[in-house]
Amino acid sequence: MIVDVFFWLFAAVLLISATLVVVSKNPVHSVLFLILAFFNAAALFLIAGAEFLAMILVVVYVGAVAVLFLFVVMMLDIDFEELRGGLQRYAGIGAAVGAALLIEFAIALGGWKLAPNAERLRMSPIPTDVSNTQALGRILYTDYLFLFQAAGLVLLVAMIGAIVLTLRDRKSSRHQVIAVQTARTVAETLEVVTISLGAGTTESGGFLRPKQPEPEPEPEPAHGHH
Amino acid sequence: MTAVSLNHYLVVSGILLVIGVFGIFLNRKNVIIILMAIELILLAVNLNLVAFSAALNDLTGQVMAMLVLTVAAAEAAIGLAIVLVYFRNRGSIQVEDVNLMKG
Repeated sequence: MIVDVFFWLFAAVLLISATLVVVSKNPVHSVLFLILAFFNAAALFLIAGAEFLAMILVVVYVGAVAVLFLFVVMMLDIDFEELRGGLQRYAGIGAAVGAALLIEFAIALGGWKLAPNAERLRMSPIPTDVSNTQALGRILYTDYLFLFQAAGLVLLVAMIGAIVLTLRDRKSSRHQVIAVQTARTVAETLEVVTISLGAGTTESGGFLRPKQPEPEPEPEPAHGHH
Repeated sequence: MTAVSLNHYLVVSGILLVIGVFGIFLNRKNVIIILMAIELILLAVNLNLVAFSAALNDLTGQVMAMLVLTVAAAEAAIGLAIVLVYFRNRGSIQVEDVNLMKG
């Protein structure tokens, strides 16, 4: 069946690109394979009928998260070859843990079955008359409103945290201090020079006379940024 | 679910999760790859949730998948910010260099 063929195609590309994410030498290649993996996962979501989540995966993960990874990988000036050093040292442990986990999954997959009353325990059966996005919106903003708000709160905290962590106050950066600007007087801004008739400006020092040394900027208050 | 059975999805997401765990062990030094491996693990979780949602005809799984997506995005942002600050302070992102608090 055609759906089966496409499922295995997308699943194979997903697993291969996921493997390449963790084993490739260049982190930029890793990020690009991560993007490929996300695209294929989105296709698997589509096959499962979760259209909205598939689109969200493409937009949020490929458009935002993966590009964020790409930015950071390219921004940091790191000798990535050096980081590949002890690769073989941990490969054995990793393979052992992975194999154990895989065996556990195989055992679980061989033995599980649905609860007999699983149909009755459903919290929100998928309606047949509306699209996936509409159905999701219907329950997301009603039954799961508090979870939705909590998710928004998580994102807000993440945003503030990321800004606070990465914002730095350089000594050389020149912030605008409005109090200093408004406290300036005419005397330190303008200078009226009388130039004798016919003498020209060079004799009185020229237009570009040495400027007065700027007053030391006031020590910044210990709290907060401008 | 129409043609593809639930077990196929479970196999794929299980293998994906194992790849993610393996990646964490393999790249013990590079924090960025570790973060990517965590993203893979969360993707496996999402695949599982969506597969069960489709198999049981219950939309709740997809709502949970959206919440996992949100948390994953927040985690990536905070994690990369921490990597950035750490790189500024130490000039490297090796996990083994994180020993400032060692007595």
